[in-house]
Amino acid sequence: MVADLLVLAELFPNGISRYAIGGLFVGLGAAVIYAGTAINAGASTFLESTLSYVSDRSRFARYAGSRDWRLVFTLGIILGAAVYAVVYQDGTWTTDVAAWRLLVGGILVGIGTRVGKGCTSGHGVCGVGSASKTSIAGVLAFLLTAIITAQIVAALGVTP
Amino acid sequence: MSTAGGNEGRHPLFMPLILVGGLIFGFGLGYSHMARPEVVLDFLQFEDFGLLFVMFGGAAVTGLAYVVVPRLFDRAPLTGDRFGRRLKSFDRNVLIGGGIFGVGWGLSGICPGAGYASLGVGNLPILWAIGGMFIGAYAQGVWRSRTAQAEATAASSD
Repeated sequence: MVADLLVLAELFPNGISRYAIGGLFVGLGAAVIYAGTAINAGASTFLESTLSYVSDRSRFARYAGSRDWRLVFTLGIILGAAVYAVVYQDGTWTTDVAAWRLLVGGILVGIGTRVGKGCTSGHGVCGVGSASKTSIAGVLAFLLTAIITAQIVAALGVTP
Repeated sequence: MSTAGGNEGRHPLFMPLILVGGLIFGFGLGYSHMARPEVVLDFLQFEDFGLLFVMFGGAAVTGLAYVVVPRLFDRAPLTGDRFGRRLKSFDRNVLIGGGIFGVGWGLSGICPGAGYASLGVGNLPILWAIGGMFIGAYAQGVWRSRTAQAEATAASSD
């Protein structure tokens, strides 16, 4: 029993409640939008739909009809996180991860989510919730390469 | 998706509901600490497995919604659209794109939704990542528009 607890403490050094409660809220946000509108909300189509404001290319223009509410959804996400920060966080929080990692990683995330038809929220939360085999395959693909990449980068001594 | 795509004749509560949904979603990303790249990297380096609870906790709630909501309403109250699950067709792009996404996620520790939320907790350096996501999505869109055009031209000249 004590040994089990020690293993748990090792796997979850910060406990699980913040993760589980946070996850429930993420799902609830998507569920509220779904219940009212039948829309399966994902976070990454915002990138293309917002690009339709500045580019006429067909790939972006096809999202022109949804670009306004996707902008509102993203503003909501920013504000919601700000509410969390005001209530629970001491002032602002900034990352120590190097700028080049954020930029290069961001570019690959931007390409990958569009090629792969979804991201962590579209595939991970709505797709897995739909028991979609496509989304489960997508999640397994990005989890695998993300774990390999993060482990290699850490092994090379890049911190953080 | 039909009504949701257009903006004429939208229900007056459509935008407020999207905003409220986004607020709850973003609050959850903040509360789960997923808006912090360090926490994601700790997960990917097997130092803290808590992030599994964020994704599966979220998927459990949406999964419940996909079962319960269509039994409560015939059509979505604010759009009149029919309820469907999020099912996309599978092809090898799902694996290729997912693989590229994962390399980027593993390098930066941030994904789109968590990136927006990260701005909300005051993490201005995350603009590097969000800028990168726009660059990546733009490059992919330009390439895809060009391929689609080339295919259309090839087809019409047949």
